[in-house]
Amino acid sequence: MKYLCLVYHEEDKLDALPRSEYDTLVADSLGLVEELRASGHYIAANALQPVETATTLRVRNGKVAMTDGPFAETKEQLGGFYFVEARDLNEAIGIAAKIPGGRIGSVEVRPIKELIPPST
Amino acid sequence: MSNNPLDTVEAIYRAESRRVLATLIRLLGSFDLAEEAVHDAFTAAVEQWPSAGVPANPRAWLVSAGRFKAIDKIRRRAKSDVLLAELARELDADAEIAPEADAEHVEDDRLRLIFTCCHPALPPDAQVALTLREVCGLATEEIARAFLTAPTTIAQRIVRAKSKIRDARIPYQVPSKEDLPERLESVLRVLYLVFNEGYYASSGAALTRHDLSGEAIRLGRLIMALLPEPEVMGLLALMLLQESRRGARTSADGELILLDDQDRSRWNREQIVEGVALIERALASRRFGPYTLQAAIAAVHAEAGDAAGTDWAEIVGLYDLLVRVVPSPVIELNRAVAVAMRDGPQAGLALVDALLEQGDLAEYHLAHSVRADLCRRLERTADARTSYRRALELAGTDPERRFLERRLAEMGPQK
Repeated sequence: MKYLCLVYHEEDKLDALPRSEYDTLVADSLGLVEELRASGHYIAANALQPVETATTLRVRNGKVAMTDGPFAETKEQLGGFYFVEARDLNEAIGIAAKIPGGRIGSVEVRPIKELIPPST
Repeated sequence: MSNNPLDTVEAIYRAESRRVLATLIRLLGSFDLAEEAVHDAFTAAVEQWPSAGVPANPRAWLVSAGRFKAIDKIRRRAKSDVLLAELARELDADAEIAPEADAEHVEDDRLRLIFTCCHPALPPDAQVALTLREVCGLATEEIARAFLTAPTTIAQRIVRAKSKIRDARIPYQVPSKEDLPERLESVLRVLYLVFNEGYYASSGAALTRHDLSGEAIRLGRLIMALLPEPEVMGLLALMLLQESRRGARTSADGELILLDDQDRSRWNREQIVEGVALIERALASRRFGPYTLQAAIAAVHAEAGDAAGTDWAEIVGLYDLLVRVVPSPVIELNRAVAVAMRDGPQAGLALVDALLEQGDLAEYHLAHSVRADLCRRLERTADARTSYRRALELAGTDPERRFLERRLAEMGPQK
């Protein structure tokens, strides 16, 4: 079963971290990727550029409307993700608990929904 | 057991249906399929046992009947569904591997069911509803009545929880040793919530809703039999000791009687003896926690002949430990009451005022009620009256409100 672990944090808080703590966070995040690769849980993982770089699209009547920024104005922003393979939710939670971003923000664990082609 | 096979089916339903369900959830991998299968298995029993006789091992018979009925159903539905066809093949293959070995897994299955229903990934009110429905076998309407909620609300909570169990793949298993303490905490919290809802009904006319407390104690005994951990003993003891006072805590006409004024000869000695023995076992393990400490406090009360004869120093000491394990303003408030009994009302009032100042208890009726009582004993009548009135505004049940009104009336007319 595949789970997407979404890492949310307040970008101000991340920016305000002392250099050494930020470096530890980055090193630990890269370390976790290596660990997940070795254990066979890894599918993909990345940090994201801050929300100022985001563009939101809506397609209506075949026309694309574009706005600057994320869809929702919330305090915590999506800052990165880990896409993992896990036996069940307990294993996924075990992995998510190791995500360094969870120490300053939160991690949302979402099971993947497999789309089945509609039968004709 | 009666000679009438239908009575036998009914008796077996009461004794075994939850075990059969727990095992079928594991075998079929789905709550909904398993519930249908339990229903089908008992329907088959009603049809077949009167003529064929009651099988030697009714539980095994029911599990296997339920499983085959379920596979049959899936196979029929599978004609139009590829995924179901796959599932039917898997279940068929499983069925060929020693279905008789099931019996020894049955108790594990009950524990799996409890841990799944109390999984911390489910919302707390859904954990409670699901546990009462699936583990205790209460009907949705019964749960709704007990929690003064609409049956549709309870049904919705249960449906959502089951969907999450399926879609997020919450596993049907007893947690690993390293996760056990945390997960057991979640199970015990559900249990105590059910008990308290029965014991201190938070709203409504009746002060106690006995059925829920009784259900919580039954469930506590079950968990104790399956997993005799110290905090399970502690919680079971705590529930038994509180339950032992049930007969004495309300008068014949339903009015509230405080601990100090209760007729202690009406406390249930059998429950006290059982509770105290459990506490001793839990304390001896040296791995006890907050439930055992709270039970130990209840036991000090249970062992005293009256309020004056209570070892208040011991109680304050236990509260000191408890506050360290689980810091909470409500526990601080209880500690303040014990300090007032040990050192006098002035010492208690100073602590209560400091707690109210912090703000967490500002909306908690018992904090104002305690303050009122301490002021009354210090003959600070005006302060007492103000606090009783505040408590009255915040109190949730009718007997509590009537008790506070009586206290206010006893203080005489306002000057």
